[in-house]
Parts: sequence; structure tokens; C-alpha cells
Amino acid sequence: MAAPVLRWCCPARRWILANIDRGPRHGRGAPTGSRSSGKRGQSSVAQQPLVTAQKPRKGEHQWAAVVGLEIHAQISSNSKLFSGSQVHFAAPPNSLVSFFDASLPGTLPVLNRRCVEAAVMTGLALNCHINKKSLFDRKHYFYADLPAGYQITQQRLPIAVKGSLAYSICVGKKRNQVINKTVRIKQIQLEQDSGKSLHDDLRSQTLIDLNRAGVGLLEVVLEPDMSCGEEAATAVRELQLILQALGTSQANMAEGQLRVDANISVHRPGEPLGVRTEVKNLNSARFLAKAIDYEIQRQIEELENGGEILNETRSFDYKLGCTVPMRDKEGKQDYRFIPEPNLPPLLLYDSASLPAGADPQQVINIDQLREQLPELPSVTREKLVQQYGMLPEHSLTLLNEVGLLEFFQNVMKETRAEPKKVTSWVLNTFLGFLKQQNLAVSESPVTPSALAELLNLLDQKAISSAAAKKVFEELWRSGGKTPAQIVSEKRLELMQDQEALEQLCQATMEEHPQVVMDLKKGNPRAINKLIGLVRKATLNRADPTVIKEMLEKQLSS
Amino acid sequence: MLGRTLREVSAALKQGQITPTELCQKCLSLIKKTKFLNAYITVSEDVALKQAEESEERYKKGYVPPYNATVVQKLLDQGALLMGKTNLDEFAMGALGSDTGGSTRNPAAHCGVVGLKPSYGLVSRHGLIPLVNSMDVPGILTRCVDDAATVLGVLAGHDCKDSTTVQDPVQSFILPSLTDVSKLCIGIPKEYLVPELSSEVQSLWSKAAKLFESEGAKVIEVSLPHTSYSIVCYLVLCTSEVASNMARFDGLEYGHRCDIKVSTEAMYAATRREGFNDVVRGRILSGNFFILKENYENYFIKAQKVRRLIANDFVNVFNSGVDVLLTPTTLSEAVPYMEFIKEDNRTRSAQGDIFTQAVNMAGLPAVSVPMALSSQGLPVGLQFIGRAFCDQQLLTVAKWFEKQVQFPVIQLQEIMGDCSSVFENDLASVSLKQ
Repeated sequence: MAAPVLRWCCPARRWILANIDRGPRHGRGAPTGSRSSGKRGQSSVAQQPLVTAQKPRKGEHQWAAVVGLEIHAQISSNSKLFSGSQVHFAAPPNSLVSFFDASLPGTLPVLNRRCVEAAVMTGLALNCHINKKSLFDRKHYFYADLPAGYQITQQRLPIAVKGSLAYSICVGKKRNQVINKTVRIKQIQLEQDSGKSLHDDLRSQTLIDLNRAGVGLLEVVLEPDMSCGEEAATAVRELQLILQALGTSQANMAEGQLRVDANISVHRPGEPLGVRTEVKNLNSARFLAKAIDYEIQRQIEELENGGEILNETRSFDYKLGCTVPMRDKEGKQDYRFIPEPNLPPLLLYDSASLPAGADPQQVINIDQLREQLPELPSVTREKLVQQYGMLPEHSLTLLNEVGLLEFFQNVMKETRAEPKKVTSWVLNTFLGFLKQQNLAVSESPVTPSALAELLNLLDQKAISSAAAKKVFEELWRSGGKTPAQIVSEKRLELMQDQEALEQLCQATMEEHPQVVMDLKKGNPRAINKLIGLVRKATLNRADPTVIKEMLEKQLSS
Repeated sequence: MLGRTLREVSAALKQGQITPTELCQKCLSLIKKTKFLNAYITVSEDVALKQAEESEERYKKGYVPPYNATVVQKLLDQGALLMGKTNLDEFAMGALGSDTGGSTRNPAAHCGVVGLKPSYGLVSRHGLIPLVNSMDVPGILTRCVDDAATVLGVLAGHDCKDSTTVQDPVQSFILPSLTDVSKLCIGIPKEYLVPELSSEVQSLWSKAAKLFESEGAKVIEVSLPHTSYSIVCYLVLCTSEVASNMARFDGLEYGHRCDIKVSTEAMYAATRREGFNDVVRGRILSGNFFILKENYENYFIKAQKVRRLIANDFVNVFNSGVDVLLTPTTLSEAVPYMEFIKEDNRTRSAQGDIFTQAVNMAGLPAVSVPMALSSQGLPVGLQFIGRAFCDQQLLTVAKWFEKQVQFPVIQLQEIMGDCSSVFENDLASVSLKQ
């Protein structure tokens, strides 16, 4: 099934809810085939021509979607949240499992300091209130990848609450209108990750790998302030950038370091919120928006057909491109939360409340962490705009594409060309080539140095823009050569000899007196013809602008 | 040798009057001779003898230990030998006991030995299979109060592997020999005088109170008004935590596993039905009931509130000038087996724990000290309860009491036979170097 076309009203899309005319589409007159009261019939307003379009789909413009997210980010730390076993991606199965992780009786949880710091830093970056006292709880359920039969989490009193995440989406035909949005953060909590189940249907068995069991997670809960897949995907991307800038999580979705669950419902504007479904384990950036949009569409269709939405858990089938019901649950799960008795309340301090003579190993100072926060993406983007005069949407793209900002900065280091030129080349030409071949920045055959050198040649007017584009193409195709080599191989250098060019101009004019005549008569196209002729004579090694200047000069003398 | 205190034995070992292997063999021999008591499930004879060998080596050089429960490790570090695991229900530990509601003090009272429950947070629970995490404490069973203090001295202290142990440095536990008790105030909780208390125990309790009084101590009646709620409160909290702690026994990572292949759920259910006995299953089912979302507020939270009230009862009493409380440990001497099985476990627990479990809820230190033999010739012990983290003071009072009552410690044939020759050369003024 192809991805469904959006039919409801998402502010980022072309159909904006507020502007939809709910009245008859076809002008003020009554629709065809129905003559109503006489008064209308006597209306002096000219009826607009009826468009022979179909009637609008029932309720097309009358739905609003509500999307909330629960995002689990694996904390970047050396060891797990409550035990000393290491955290590594793709280690041999069950090679990073301590007695505690395997739930051997008698083992006790010991809180990992680095994980707490990661949670506080993330909370600060997301404008949260940090709870100086937070508590740990047990959430019980039976599953093979949960050895203890419960997960240690923070249900009653999490470490951070009430924050916000700002993100920007680009709208408009050229997607160059930047709209700033905010989504509220309900809370951030520390919790354990579970192990991994690998289902072997062939042998009717399930294999359990506990390497991941007990790894620290930050659960970030986003309030249902988003209204479509694009907004959700953009918010997630921004959170990823923040986590990566902080270093608190590598947030790589492909490696399972960032997992998203979406809570989705639809309702008619003005009416209460609809029943929501939970779509779990959206683990691909590419499919996040698609999955959410599909579910929204599914719910709308279901309701329009007189059906009802079940409060259920669904997952996204990537191959089919649709959501499917996930757990067969008769009745809801009761997690039987109780306080975790082996962990005292987590107490955090700030500079004002820090007890005198406290062992720095044993306490965490929120103010100190705040001072040490690295630069956040929004600040980086602002700096780019200020420093290089680029447009906000450019700074968005630079940060959104993995590795692109670094590439850009490396080019800037080695070139004298104007920042605007560099921006344009990186975002248009370079990025264009990448996208065409579906490559990541890291896979680019063109290095920052090569592009810098090319831009320098352009800047020095050693080559024309057209030539530069050709050189770039060649660089892309055969990574080994330098721009200078390519230029000389293809003889693309601009003529530097002014005298020679002047002579050529002169000669060309003498060879084509007719054109010169036309020009003097005032024919506007004649000059271009002349320029073209001179260019040809120079084997395309002269800048048209320069030629034009020269010709005009010669003509006027 | 086996009748001596730990310090005396330790000194003898150091002085070479007896070797670890010889001592070990004596213990093993005694175990064999008393096999009919069925005190040991497992006798790790080979391990013990090997450890004895290693111990002999260690008297000469240093030692780096492997992983174990912290308390076991601490004892091993001090040169103790693990003789084996003793016979209790599958979730209690051996002669290092564990005390959740009285399970160290009760058997101690019935067997005529000292049973100490230290303050919660003083001794690491790492490696202790948990029953109720917020009440469990490793318990210490010894022949005399001095030995209990010795062992406590080894075991107490912060353990980074147990986040519920206190960080404050622990003082040593060498007990002074109290001679003057005139500054002491002993509290007698009136709510502990229950109709089910046997007349023999009651009279011993009375006798003990009078003993303190006659030696100059102040003995007063105090009130712990919420005592009558403690059994029910304990029931709710204990079963709730048990249900949680037992959730890990699914047969996947270790232990018994049923050979059911229909589904994971089916395997779990069968494994757990087979692996747990009736008592444990009953506790799990009740516990899960209490922590269901719809019941949590009315049972679990309520019980926590009542627990706070019970703990406050003790705080109030200690704040009013009482140093130590004196109570019975058990309702009566040990009940014969045929008598015992007439009631179900829940009733027996309720009866058995009546004097001991409020202490666990309050996290206080308590010790059962044997006082006298009943008319049937069975031991009866009394319990002393102290302030939180005042374990040393508690044991000091207990030691004085022990000296006063001179309980007839059991003398087995073996002990009489072998010890005399070794101890010919004086041990009267043994120096207690660690």
C-alpha cells in the first residue's frame, strides 16, 4: 500500500484548518439540482461558475489529529544504570551481563552517577524543572527479556518535569518559510532497558540476549502538542541533535539508541479528544512521519465509516507501510507499581543547598552541571546566522544533515570565498549530489579540502561558475584528482591575459560586422551573440561578464 | 574447644594450640553425631576441609578473596570456615540467619542460643536472598552475647553494593562488662502482655524485670499503642514485597524449570507452581492482590502509614528516657511437631512473630538471650530491643543479663571429651588481638 495522501488539516501542509471554508464550495448559489427557497433564487449575486469537480469527501476538512510521543534514549555511559557491566553495541550475546542484570537473588541495584548527570543535563537543556528529590519504583510484568519480572523506573516522582522543546518546520512552496513551534515536555525519567528477544519461528523458540538488560534509559515524554507526522519527526530530530550535542545519548535510531512510541488520536475541532492508540517502536527516522500519518488516516477513515477506535497498542509494519495491532490483551495490564525498596530517594543539590563539607563524589550539584552544558543546536544555528549571514532555514539544514555542519566548517576553514557562496555550494550543489545518490556526508567522494580549493579558484576568478560546476562533477566522479588538476586537464581556466582577450574581441567584431551593425541599431540580442562568439573563440575560457564589459568598452571608443 | 567463645578459639588458633583442620574435623564429627537433629541440609565437608587447609596457609601469608555475599565474605576474610547450609525454608539463609519478622530471634529462643537482629542499614544485604527488602537484616546466631558482638563487629559497616547501608563509620563492638545498671532505664511494653502468653514465659519475664530492678535499674511500664495492628500491617507489606521479589523466579536464568513448550506464559506458570511451596505461593498471591492498582491505596499505602505509626511508638518511648525494652521473644517454649502442624502457617507466623516483627518494621536492633529452661526442659529466651544504631548499648545490657541468669548452655558429649586437654594451659587471661 502506498503512503496515503494527507487529507486532514495539518498546519504545515497546504490546507490550513483555519482557512478552510466550511460552506459550499461552489459559490454562493445553491448546489446543482436543488432549488431551495425563493429568496435565494432571487438573489442578485451572480452565481459563480460551477466547477465540475467532485463533491468534497465527507468530513475531509473537519478532523484534527493529536500526537504525543514517548521517546526512550539510551544513555551514553560506560556501565549500566544499576550495575557495573559494560555498555557496548553488538557485543557477543550475553557477554555483558552481571549477576544483578541476570536477576540472581541477593543482588542489589547501585545507582550510576553518570546516568544521573545525563538526566539532569538533558532536563536542563530542555528547560525542565529538576526535582531535587526523585524516587525509584518497580513496574511489574512478566516477559522473557525482563529477568527480574519488574523494571526499575521512576513513576511517582521523576527526575525532571515540565520542560519544553522548540523546533522549526519549513513550509511554503519552496519550503523556505520557517515556522517555530514548541512541544511541552511532561517529564524525563531514568529507567532500565530490557534485554532483547529474538524469535526463531522455525524452531519455535525465543532466544534471549541480556546484554541490553539494565542499560540506562532516559524516557522523555512529549505532551500531545503535535498534529502530524512531520511535526513529530522534526521534534524527534531536534531532540536527537540536543542529546548528541550534550553527549548524553548518541541517539542513533538505527542502533536502537533512540526509540519512539507515538500516542495518536483524532477528533473534530471543538469536540473532546478521541480515543488514542499507541504505536510502538518507531525505530526509523525515515518511517516515523509515515507511520504516524498512516495511523491518523486510518483512524479518520475508521470513524468516517462509522467504526470506533480501540484503545490498543499497534506497531508499524515497514514492508506493508501500515500499522497493525500488536499485543493480544484481554483487559489492560496492571503493572502493580511499588516503591523500589533497595534505593533510597535520589537527592540532588544546587550551590545554595549543598551541605558544607560534602564529599563531591557523593553529591551532584545541578548548578555546576548547568555551567558545564555544551552549546545547544539552537545556539549553534543562531551563531551561523549571525556569523555567516545565512538564512535560518539554511542553518536548519546544516544541522539536520548528519555531518554536514562539520563539512561546511571545514570548507570555511580552508577557503577565502564568501560564506554565502560556500553556503550555497554546500547546501545546493554538494547536498544535491548526495541526495541524488542517497549518500551520507561521510560517504562523500568530495572532501572539504577539495571543495575549498575549488571555491578558491572560483573566488580568484581563475575559472567561471559554469566551469566550476563541471570541475565539481568531475571531482565527484573521480575522487582522487585535485580541482587544479581537473581544471588544467580540461583546460577550463579563464583567460588571464587581458590584452589577448581584447584582441580577440576586436577580431571577433571585425569578423562579424553585421552583428556589430545590429548592435549599433539597438538590437538587444546582438550583444549576446557577440559575447557567444568571443566565448567560442576563447574556447569557453572567458567570463561572459568580462567579455561584455570589454566589448562595450571597445564599441564606445 | 567447641564450647569456647569465638575470641578464645581464635586466640587458640593463632597460638597454634589447635590447627584449623583439627577444629574443622571436630565440627564435622559433631555434625555427624547430631545428624538426627537434621540441622544441616548440606554439609560441605570437602569445601570446609579445603578451606581449613587454606586457612592454615593464611596464617602465614596474605589473601585476596573472590565474590560472595558481603557478610559471608567478611567472615571468610576473618578466617571463618563455612560448615554448610542449614535447614530452613527455601528462602532463609543458614547459621548466619536472616531476620525479617523474627526468624533469627525465634529459633534462637527455642534453641537456647543468642539471636541478634542488628539495626537495619548496619549490615549489608548484598547476597542475602531478599524476602522483604525493607525489613530483612542478616541475623547472627551464637552461643553467647560476646560472640554476637564479635561477629557484628566484622559484619557491620557501609557496603557500596548495598545502597541501604549507612555511610557513617561504624564503631567497634567490644563490649564492656557492665557492673552498674543503676543508670539504666528498662521499658516493659504493656501491650506485649497478651492472653496467649504462656504462664511460664510470663513469669520468667517478670523475674527478669525484677532482676534489673533489684540491681538498681529503673524499670517502667511503657506503651506501644499500635502494637495490635502490627501483625496485619506486617502481613500486607511482607506479602507485597515477597510477590515482587519472587517475580524473578521464572526458571529462565537459574533454578528449576518446567518442560512446557506451549508458550512462555505457560512455562512460567507451571515452573512457578512447581517451584514454590504452598506457603510461598500463598504469600505471592496475596501480595499481588494488595498491590493491584485498585487496592494499592487501601492496602499497601495504608499499611505503610500504619508502619510509620508503629515506628513512631518506639521513637516516642526511647525519647522518654528508656534505654532498652524488655519483652518475651516467643509465646512459649518450642511446640512439639504434632502440635505445631495443627495450625496453618499463617496462624503460626502470626503467633510466632507477635513479639518480634514490630522490631523489623521499625528497623531497630533486637537480641534474644536464653534465660532458663522450661518445666519441660526446653529453652526460653527473652528479647531486648534497643534504639536504632545503638547495637553496642543493646548488647552491653544483654551481656550483663546473660551473666546474671547463667543459662545452662547445652553440653554435648563431644565437647566435654576433647576440650579439656587443649585448655590445660591457661586461657584465663587470653588477649583479644584482632
